Amino acid sequence: MPVANIQVSETPLVLYALRRADDALILGHRLSEWCGHAPMLEEDMALSNIALDLIGQARELYGYAARIEGEDNDEDKFAYLRDVRQYRNLLLVEQPNGDFAQTLVRQFFYSAFADFYWRAMMTSRDTTLAAIAAKSEKESAYHLRHASEWIIRLGDGTDESHARAQAAIDHLWAFTGEMFAVDEGERALIDADIAVDPASLRGRWLTTLSDIVSEATLELPQNGWMQQGGRSGRHSEHLGHLLSELQSMQRTFPGLTW
Amino acid sequence: MYTQALNTAETDDRGLEDAARAAQFQARIDAEERIEPNDWMPAAYRKTLTRQISQHAHSEIVGMLPEGNWITRAPTLRRKAALLAKVQDECGHGLYLYAAAETLGTSREELVDAMLAGKAKYSSIFNYPTLTWADIGTIGWLVDGAAIMNQIPLCRCSYGPYARAMIRVCKEESFHQRQGYEIMLTLCRGSEEQKAMARDALNRWWWPVLMMFGPPDAASQHSDTSTKWKIKRFSNDELRQKFVDATVPQAQYLGLTIPDPAMTQDADGHWRYSEIDWTEFKQVLAGNGPCNRDRLAARRKAHEEGAWVREAAASYAAKRAQRQIAQAAE
Repeated sequence: MPVANIQVSETPLVLYALRRADDALILGHRLSEWCGHAPMLEEDMALSNIALDLIGQARELYGYAARIEGEDNDEDKFAYLRDVRQYRNLLLVEQPNGDFAQTLVRQFFYSAFADFYWRAMMTSRDTTLAAIAAKSEKESAYHLRHASEWIIRLGDGTDESHARAQAAIDHLWAFTGEMFAVDEGERALIDADIAVDPASLRGRWLTTLSDIVSEATLELPQNGWMQQGGRSGRHSEHLGHLLSELQSMQRTFPGLTW
Repeated sequence: MYTQALNTAETDDRGLEDAARAAQFQARIDAEERIEPNDWMPAAYRKTLTRQISQHAHSEIVGMLPEGNWITRAPTLRRKAALLAKVQDECGHGLYLYAAAETLGTSREELVDAMLAGKAKYSSIFNYPTLTWADIGTIGWLVDGAAIMNQIPLCRCSYGPYARAMIRVCKEESFHQRQGYEIMLTLCRGSEEQKAMARDALNRWWWPVLMMFGPPDAASQHSDTSTKWKIKRFSNDELRQKFVDATVPQAQYLGLTIPDPAMTQDADGHWRYSEIDWTEFKQVLAGNGPCNRDRLAARRKAHEEGAWVREAAASYAAKRAQRQIAQAAE
């Protein structure tokens, strides 16, 4: 007996919090898939640690979304009882782990954005978001340092690691444009100083990427076509499989306490 | 914990050692002094400890797999975070333990290679599958509970680095054990389906957990030297009995029945359990447990698929060192 999906009243602020929560949960889930299977024990530890930070961020943001929505939803209902069309994360974070280079390039693209994003959000007029930002910024700074060091090692390591890192950059680049897109609801939040205009972060994000990528002897692609759709629930095929695993217990045994 | 597989013949090369130094060494042990990495020690002591500590490390790392099997399916975000943190702790234990083993002169790479080649053992408990969420609760409650029983005395092991590693490991394990018990408590207070899940998990894990303490004392081949060297402070059967005595009331509190209908409590309060099926234990040790092949295959796959990453890191480190030398020469 499958349980029905929840209904969410997606006011601009609820939607805003859910989008960031979904980014953090889905990326955290992807990273957690490495646990026990990483190239070295130190990376089992590091990737799990980053996953834990992200899942923690997701929980805070879901909790906030539930409070402002004021319905019967909570962090677990948001995570476990929405289907693929209700998820609002970036396409980037749902992309499969692939090899270690693909995982680290995905992390690098995301963390380089998240670091500037959370730092800027610390001055949000929404005090809850500002508080979440203050905690997340410290975590993102570490995530970015970890990913950057790996991009340099892989790019300037062996021929094989260089080729794999470049392939990952080329493959994932098309998913980066979505980070900077803004819709009408978000525009209103930006105007009210609740949200940050991501376009204002793009220059610094690109500089960080260019510096690290060039130190790694790699190259960023010329701006090409950018995929979009995650923010409005038009995902890649990968997300449905992730959710079927993530949600299997709650879907199989509806309404129980665990 | 995880020292059950130690019962293999050991080369007795102590004859080659200087008898006077050996006597002095034993006197230090008898005086409860800690032996440190740079101290003289008999070759057999070094070998026994290297084997025991590395088996313990391998167990932590292989032990990440059965629990890791549920990270992506944990039923709530709180459980997901707790399980991920727990498995990460196991990895940390593996790292300390490899570091402790390295102080005896064998590199982590050599130790890991021996495990991947199937030459080094790890605890047989991890060759059983985690089929339901209740298995995660049961592993925390019983497997970690048994581990603590084994490891608390190891905090007083004569070898300093191992003893110190165990102190931290025990603290974390006891947290894991409480977490596991709390999962079981939630299931046992839940729906009929959840209670059935808890019962089924206990039924499947009970006997393999008792086997974690190793063969019965009568069949144990070399506890004597380990005891003399104060590596081992209690016998397998003593620890097993302590564990059973501690666990029976916990099961009763949960409302679960231990799958041993003949179990009775004697006049001294000890719970007397039935004969353990040592044939199953031997089969699992021999590689024929339900998951032996999968566990080893998963570790080998991670190792092989990660080779290019480790090579890249080494190559980059070498390049950077060369650049620094070149810069310094300028």
